[in-house]
Amino acid sequence: MSGHSTAGHSSPLKKYFAVWIALLLGTWLTYQASLLDLGRYNAAVALIIATTKALLVTLFFMHLKGASEKLLKLVVASTIFFLILLLALSMFDYGTRSFS
Amino acid sequence: MAAHHHHHNPALLHHFATEQQQRDSASFGMWIFLATEVMFFGGLFCAYLIYRHWYFGDFAAASTSINAKLGGANTAVLICSSLTVVLAIWAAQTLRRSLMLLMLVLTMLFGAAFLGIKGIEYADKFHEHHVPGASFNFDHEEIPNHPGQYAEPRHAEIFFALYFIMTGLHALHMIIGLGIFSWLFWAAWKGRFTPEYHTPLEIGGLYWHFVDIVWIYLFPLLYLIDRHK
Repeated sequence: MSGHSTAGHSSPLKKYFAVWIALLLGTWLTYQASLLDLGRYNAAVALIIATTKALLVTLFFMHLKGASEKLLKLVVASTIFFLILLLALSMFDYGTRSFS
Repeated sequence: MAAHHHHHNPALLHHFATEQQQRDSASFGMWIFLATEVMFFGGLFCAYLIYRHWYFGDFAAASTSINAKLGGANTAVLICSSLTVVLAIWAAQTLRRSLMLLMLVLTMLFGAAFLGIKGIEYADKFHEHHVPGASFNFDHEEIPNHPGQYAEPRHAEIFFALYFIMTGLHALHMIIGLGIFSWLFWAAWKGRFTPEYHTPLEIGGLYWHFVDIVWIYLFPLLYLIDRHK
């Protein structure tokens, strides 16, 4: 039924180790990218890598991928929605004020 | 699954119809708790974004003073601990008792290593007088890539306040996580977890992974502002 169910038909070990390696590579990549001068895109690159890593952790380590509960996915989606609402609306205000 | 209705599993509480329902309810509750945690840390990330936007150069100077190698090492340590958590759960699901116990111990060792490295980092900041307060000092610190321009100490102090609050709250979560995993180890040692019932491992694991995710964002945001030459 769900990814975290007790059935052991196919071993998830390969997947776990692949995600682990990808996360370590992502960390190395984050550090290396911060040493390059990408102008205004340094922060964007760092956040894209971080979000990719966070997705890997939630989908495969926290078993969001394959979760049977639709309610659970709703909780996750609304969490992301309200977090973005908080950050985006705050920045629309503070980021566009004319005083410095 | 249906067979469990007939001979009752002692781990199945009477107000749940099936074990699957009980498991789903437990993880649903945990995800709701994690949603409140996201909003809790979200407020701090919001404060960070606003001040970083206003005082970017001062934030870059303050960020560059932190040892990014230690922060990077700590990121790797946490990622390894997340792997040992999923391996512990896998071991419980496949009846590998000693592997499960070993993975729980390794998780706690990684967690302790994280806190140790964090302690070294904090000690550096104390020696450099970078802790906000009466002895704070950040005079004549150049803004990266702006020779001759110096950071405004009061603005850098805001960075360090956010740095200590965010990493401090994260470290507090790690300490609570170590407490949870000590209990999980004790329960695993007692033989409480079976392939059919190991919900506490999965719930504790969700918490541990969440704390890892917070760090995945803290690392680039606090340690790697404008590091390039």
